Amino acid sequence: MNEKLLEIKNLKTSFRIEDQYYAAVDDVSLTVNENEVLAIVGESGCGKSALAFSLMRLHNRAKIEGDILFKGDDVTNYSAGQVNKLRGNEMSMIFQDPLTALNPLMKIGDQIGEVLLLHKGKFSNLNRKQKAISLLDKVGIARPEHVYEQFPHELSGGMRQRVVIAIAIANDPEVLIADEPTTALDATIQSQILDLLNELKENMNAGIILITHDLGVVAEMADRVAVMYAGQIVEVADVHALFGMPQHPYTRSLLSSVPNAESVDSKLHVIQGIVPSLKNLTREGCRFRSRIPWIDESVHEKSPELHEISPNHFVRCTCYKNFYFPDEKKEDKRHGIS
Amino acid sequence: MNHMWKFSVRRMLIIIPQLLLLSLLVFLMAQAMPGDALTGQINPDLDPQEMQEQREELGLNDPWHIKYADWITSAVRGDLGQSFQFKMPASELIWNRMVNSFWLGVATLIITYLLAIPLGITSGRFNDSLLDSSITGYTYIGFATPIFIFALVMLWIFGYQLGWFPTSGSVAPGSDPGTFEYIVSKINHLLLPAISLGLITTVNTVQYLRSEIIDTKQKDFIITARAKGASESRVYNRHIFRNSLLPIAAFFGFEITGLIGGTVFVERIFGYPGMGDLFIQSVLLRDYTVVTSVVLLFGLASILGALISDIILSLVDPRIRIK
Repeated sequence: MNEKLLEIKNLKTSFRIEDQYYAAVDDVSLTVNENEVLAIVGESGCGKSALAFSLMRLHNRAKIEGDILFKGDDVTNYSAGQVNKLRGNEMSMIFQDPLTALNPLMKIGDQIGEVLLLHKGKFSNLNRKQKAISLLDKVGIARPEHVYEQFPHELSGGMRQRVVIAIAIANDPEVLIADEPTTALDATIQSQILDLLNELKENMNAGIILITHDLGVVAEMADRVAVMYAGQIVEVADVHALFGMPQHPYTRSLLSSVPNAESVDSKLHVIQGIVPSLKNLTREGCRFRSRIPWIDESVHEKSPELHEISPNHFVRCTCYKNFYFPDEKKEDKRHGIS
Repeated sequence: MNHMWKFSVRRMLIIIPQLLLLSLLVFLMAQAMPGDALTGQINPDLDPQEMQEQREELGLNDPWHIKYADWITSAVRGDLGQSFQFKMPASELIWNRMVNSFWLGVATLIITYLLAIPLGITSGRFNDSLLDSSITGYTYIGFATPIFIFALVMLWIFGYQLGWFPTSGSVAPGSDPGTFEYIVSKINHLLLPAISLGLITTVNTVQYLRSEIIDTKQKDFIITARAKGASESRVYNRHIFRNSLLPIAAFFGFEITGLIGGTVFVERIFGYPGMGDLFIQSVLLRDYTVVTSVVLLFGLASILGALISDIILSLVDPRIRIK
């Protein structure tokens, strides 16, 4: 049985806009186990990155409520020094845009060396260099000794992302957060990076949190999926259950928005409306209801809860029982990708 | 390293056409001025015929390109001609002034950076704090205060009222060059102008540094540094400050222009015999050879300043070297 590495309980991350706090992450509870990839999916602005940053306590000015238990220890109570020991060591992060994630004035070797130096100070300089080169090798960079001496601008986007990954895995973290690791890359590089992440996943015991809006990435890597909408988790399920039997209207809309190569002539499904901004968000009732206006208001719960509809499959709000797409008949027709 | 050398050599080659163009422009400007070396210098009773012969002999009737070639070859040898007013070689006159301007410039630069770096760093790091507001307040006052007013006020308070500093000149009369008293007197004379100038010019650098730091603070690679587990002080010292000082380092080259060019207002107000003062003086006295030479030197100074800037930038920023 896999052990619980990270347990997030009722996490609420709020930002201040004009003297008032607005929650970007609202009452999120999740667990991440050893050797598991948990994907968090959702549209841009749904709070997935805000959640990831909260876990590493990387927000500058945010109010964080709730608990983040890392192997039983509450990270939210950590002092600055304790947080620094955690970051880059036991918990680390891969960032979205490799073009801006590296310091333009530092050699690649020094940037990897820094994370080793910070946590494994006892290394000699020579050992550190060897370790950094072996990390570059591990993330699939050809001629690592040469790249060690190079600056970020001399590398391509894909290579820079490999360097970012090398920094993240340098100290064998127990929790690895990948915040949209392939979004900024072009398609061929995306698949190379995914292959690399899959390979690393096999060789590490880490729990991986994969944040993405790319359902293809989820299908390829994840064990479990949490779907986020407007700061809340709306559905959590095993990856097969989620793709096979999506329940929440949002999950179903999201899945039906994926272009299908087999039915070229059919019109691409779009979700009506936009993600409400933090300030305009209605916090009462089902948050998705404004985007499915053809559904009768009465089917939504007053204060929607996560319901365990089958073992380890949670759905928020009972409206899923009565949901249908406007071009469908009212009959219960399940939509999904097998 | 190899890239950097290539870059520097290529960059230095660019100054050759720049210098040619500059000298040509200055020469043509001098040609456009009325009169020549003989006008007004000669006994009015002199026969105009004889004056023509003199002109012919001195080469004043030669075509312009021959005159230009003559002028530029002697200028390269350090002969800039005679000052009409001071009856001495322009080069000698300029040299003394340039040394004065140079030391005033050095003192001003030291004061500028001594103030700007700690103030800019504090202001940028703790932006929107009370401390930052006070520093920003000072920079706004600095921007709004004309240097000639501020210099006059400083001169009046510290020169005349308190009598802490001498009120004009670059050294006490009668002191022997090379002695300790001479050096002390030199420093004493340039301190007040340098402080006055430094207090005002530093505000640019403070503001620049502040906004660079605020900008760098929000860069993604700073989040990467934090995510590595770097402490706040390490994040600032290793990542933010170094990256923010880069444009300041580039500015430094241009500041060197000021070392040669001097500063017109401050030198004039403090009666400090530097290049700026010499320029105004020779324009007012229509001392053409000196004006031409000074303009040539100003141009030279800016070309060199830009060159030094680019080389400094290529030293500190690896991205520049390959271009």
